[in-house]
Amino acid sequence: MTALVEIENLSIALPDDADRHLAVEHVSLRVDRGEVLCLVGESGSGKSVLAAAIAGLLPPKQLRVTAGNIRFDGVDVTRFSEASFRRLRGKRIGFIFQEPMSALNPVLTVGRQIEEALAAHADDDRTGRSARVLELVRATRLPDPENIVHRYPHQLSGGQRQRVMIAMAIANEPDLLIADEPTTALDVTTQAEILRLILDIRQRLGLAVLFITHDFGVVADIADRVAVMKEGCIIETGAASAVLEQPRDSYTRRLIEAVPVLRADVAGKSAAGDPLLSVEGLVKTYRERRAPWRRATSQARALDGAGLTIGRGETVALVGESGSGKTTLGQCIVGLADWDAGNIRFDGREVGGTARERALRPRIQMVFQDPFASLNPRHRVRRILTEAAIVNGLPRKDAEKRMLGLLSRVGLDAAAAERFPHAFSGGQRQRIGLARALMLQPDLLVADEPVSALDVSIQAQILDLLAEIRRDLGLSMLFITHDLRVASAVADRIVVMQNGRIAEDGTPDQVLSRPRSAYARALLAAVPGLGWESRRQRVGRAAAEYPAISTRQLVPPSS
Amino acid sequence: MARPREILSRNPGAAVGVALLAAILLLAVFADLLYPGDPWRMAARPNLPPFSPGYLFGTDMLGRDLAAGIAHGARVTLLIASAVTGLAVAFGVAVGAVAGYFGGRVDDVAMRFTEFFQTIPSFLLTVVIVAIVAPSLTSIILAIAVVSWPQIARVVRAEVLSLAGQDFVRAARVGGLSTPRIIWGHVLPNVLSPVIVAASLMTATVILIESGISFLGLGNRDFVSWGYLLGTGRTAFRVNWWLSTIPGVAIFLTVLSLNLVGDGLNDWLNPRSSGRGKRA
Amino acid sequence: MMDRLGFLTGRAARAILILFGVIVLNFVLLRVAPGDPASVLAGDQGAADPAFVEELRRDLGLDRSIPAQLWVYTKSLAQLDFGQSYREQRPVVGIIAERLPATLILTLTAFGFALAAGISLGSMAARHAGSLLDTVLTSVSVMFFAMPLFWIGLMAILLFSVWLGWLPSYGMATVGADLSGLSYVADIASHLLLPALTLGLFYMAIYMRVTRASVLDVLDRDFVRTARAKGLKPGLIWRRHVLRNALLPIITFASLQAGHLIGGSILIETVFAWPGIGRLAFDALMQRDYNLLLAIFFITSAIVVGINLVADILYVAADPRIELGA
Repeated sequence: MTALVEIENLSIALPDDADRHLAVEHVSLRVDRGEVLCLVGESGSGKSVLAAAIAGLLPPKQLRVTAGNIRFDGVDVTRFSEASFRRLRGKRIGFIFQEPMSALNPVLTVGRQIEEALAAHADDDRTGRSARVLELVRATRLPDPENIVHRYPHQLSGGQRQRVMIAMAIANEPDLLIADEPTTALDVTTQAEILRLILDIRQRLGLAVLFITHDFGVVADIADRVAVMKEGCIIETGAASAVLEQPRDSYTRRLIEAVPVLRADVAGKSAAGDPLLSVEGLVKTYRERRAPWRRATSQARALDGAGLTIGRGETVALVGESGSGKTTLGQCIVGLADWDAGNIRFDGREVGGTARERALRPRIQMVFQDPFASLNPRHRVRRILTEAAIVNGLPRKDAEKRMLGLLSRVGLDAAAAERFPHAFSGGQRQRIGLARALMLQPDLLVADEPVSALDVSIQAQILDLLAEIRRDLGLSMLFITHDLRVASAVADRIVVMQNGRIAEDGTPDQVLSRPRSAYARALLAAVPGLGWESRRQRVGRAAAEYPAISTRQLVPPSS
Repeated sequence: MARPREILSRNPGAAVGVALLAAILLLAVFADLLYPGDPWRMAARPNLPPFSPGYLFGTDMLGRDLAAGIAHGARVTLLIASAVTGLAVAFGVAVGAVAGYFGGRVDDVAMRFTEFFQTIPSFLLTVVIVAIVAPSLTSIILAIAVVSWPQIARVVRAEVLSLAGQDFVRAARVGGLSTPRIIWGHVLPNVLSPVIVAASLMTATVILIESGISFLGLGNRDFVSWGYLLGTGRTAFRVNWWLSTIPGVAIFLTVLSLNLVGDGLNDWLNPRSSGRGKRA
Repeated sequence: MMDRLGFLTGRAARAILILFGVIVLNFVLLRVAPGDPASVLAGDQGAADPAFVEELRRDLGLDRSIPAQLWVYTKSLAQLDFGQSYREQRPVVGIIAERLPATLILTLTAFGFALAAGISLGSMAARHAGSLLDTVLTSVSVMFFAMPLFWIGLMAILLFSVWLGWLPSYGMATVGADLSGLSYVADIASHLLLPALTLGLFYMAIYMRVTRASVLDVLDRDFVRTARAKGLKPGLIWRRHVLRNALLPIITFASLQAGHLIGGSILIETVFAWPGIGRLAFDALMQRDYNLLLAIFFITSAIVVGINLVADILYVAADPRIELGA
């Protein structure tokens, strides 16, 4: 039986001003009927372009097919006209995208948008379609089906919007579902539900799924077969178990080893003496700005009695999903935000929020999440690094010396001081951000999702760097993240937050193998690729100790 | 950021705009050399049509040389335009920056204030101000500035609002930098590009408003601008068509060049990024 | 996520505040002007009559404190009492009311034309972005946007009236002809064509640019890609997905421009001798009848504020992101 999708030696060219010639280079791939094929790769690998090409969704002015062909169910579609593609799209190929909020039309109800998908390919009467819409809404497990079809996208949550996208994609019972990073923008618990939903639908409708992701944990949970892409080429394909447990290519191996292991056996060192930082009963409510004559809507409590301690030299990972309040807590600690009740004590003294004492500010510093927004595009690196130190009283010459020292510490050379941020990659910018925070020689470093916006191989490097620095300088650290894997790789203690409160607080082995709260249990269960963890550890990994120094030696420090 | 030469070759409109603007600037600078003396004096027979020997643009019904009027008018127009732009940008940046950075109540008040000047009919307001306070160079400049600054304030506020939420501003606060230092050294340098674009487009509008005011007779006899020329030429324009056409062409070319240059600047300073790498 | 009623109430309050601001502005201008407010308001002719000026002085309460004067002024303006015109010996508000319809006919026609032409041409340009059609359309809009309103008017008169003799060039109806019914309407229409076209062309250029930018922005959005992925026909995607979203910001923008359009009528009505309040304002300027001028300014502002409020209602109806109730 022929494969459903057969791609042969396909090349797709990028516009002339791009950094390489081909987005996709001599790619050959097949997708069999009813199977789940995961297409994995880092950013810029060309995986989205490849998937878009199958459905003819390439932007015509920028990307063109220059060689090879694509066959869908035996028919060559490479040079199909737009009209022919339209007959395929929505009917035999369903597509779901990454950002569900922007992928839905904000001025149409969700029911209407699902109905549209049906109306495009059938000439049913209106009532027949309404019934089918309800059926689809139920099939994707959306709450309150009769009413939700009359809602608008902005009234739904992220997970609900993604279910709507899925309903639209499977409305006409396609043969192939292409999912381009559909869960990347979702919380980990929502992600788990959506993945389950997709597998269920695959079962019921017998459709094939081409699932694009960068997360090997997800691959481990859902894939039948895996294809790894790098810079437009297919590096390796094979059955999921084979590729994940015995990768043949060294790049694949590097990627897999860069994924932090969920270690549940680390006891972590306990901090001695008084805690450096202690937060007690912090409450913060966001009041929305409205005219005095309007009724008050329920106010959101960002922090609802949150508290934690950080000992000297200790690293605490603060884990939570979106809306948990972890970022707000971090901002309060660092002095960017105020709170309504509760207190924060640092080194024995009570500290304020935005009105904090000048002298105290340098002692608590922050590393930010988005490498593209955390450095002022108009300043040279020298100014970015030295300005705060000089303002806080350090003489310019000493600041320069310290800057040079830190630049080499984070793996950049001295010439970097003369350049502007746009000359650096994301990973390099995070290093600069780290150097900036260290310039003031803080006692406590708050890192707000410092690796979430990075590719997994770069992630590993930055985590290693952080580990070294912590060790050498004896820093205490509050590491905020949503990823339990990353948390387990760095933490002496893990604190789990939900809805502004602390749900769990303990050492990694406590939280990860014997969670006490229901939420922590749910969070743990939702981590993708848990089954794979145990198999992974059997496959001789050189570094059994933490931190994993070996990954840094394998990946060149140019990024 | 692409180099200027590349942008000019890719964007012929901007190249044309720059050339035009340069020509007009040169005309204004060398007006005294080309047409010495008072342009408003009688120079030849009245009602000479264009291309008469020695009088490229002809003369009006009192024998005044139109070409001299155009050359000196360039000075007046550009002078008024730059003065107004300077004032409007200074005030607009101040209001917009404060509103955008501090948000909350301050922002509300500033926005209401800005909205007021944007909603009421601005050309009428300029007419009213200049009429009641007596036409003079100062009153014209101030009146036009009063209705023009909201355009800049809006742009600045929007930019500052988005910048204030960026992590590098937060980093500056965490580092202990004072608020004025942050606004001046970190936020405003990033606002420079949009302000330049908005200012060049605003200058075009300023020239249009000024010419309208002068056309209605509210100009100052001592500073003859192109609009004023058009206004005086109107009475006999059915016969002396050049009096009403040529100054208008001058205004048109100046405003056009400013628009083209503004668009070109926009292309140069805010290129559409073809998707920067999200990860790596 | 605002509630609709609250949003509109806020807008209405803001409108009243703006009108009060206009009153204060008038008040300040009068006091900043050279001479005392009563003689400024009396105008050239009225100032010659001392009894008239004295009465005006009493009406304005010039002997009382500034806040009291403001209160008196606010009360009278709020009741649309702009005093008497010395020249015509009748209430100013009556003079304005007489001429208002002509201006409304002119500006509404111009606005309708500008909006319709601007939006269709702008979306056409965006749909074929980068093509020759787009370049031509964009160049045309850039050109008209650079021309002074009154100059377009003068050129139009020169071309269509003086040289070609196709259309009349001044007034609203042919003087002396005693027409009625359909021929009356046709007569007005032929007089209306040039001024409305002139006023409209300038704003058409603006709407074209804004529409083109808005449509291009929407074409780039993810939900358009989703619509393509569902296999929808291009016409449907265009109408239901692109246009519906692209036109939303244009509603607000067009209403903001309404103020400028009405203000621009002073120039067009002067050039074409159209008997509306714009022409009236020009006459007031010439005769230094500042009372009339300020009254026209106030009324025009009130109309513009009203238009903005209507636009807000339309926007609230069109954008579901603003919700009902609280």
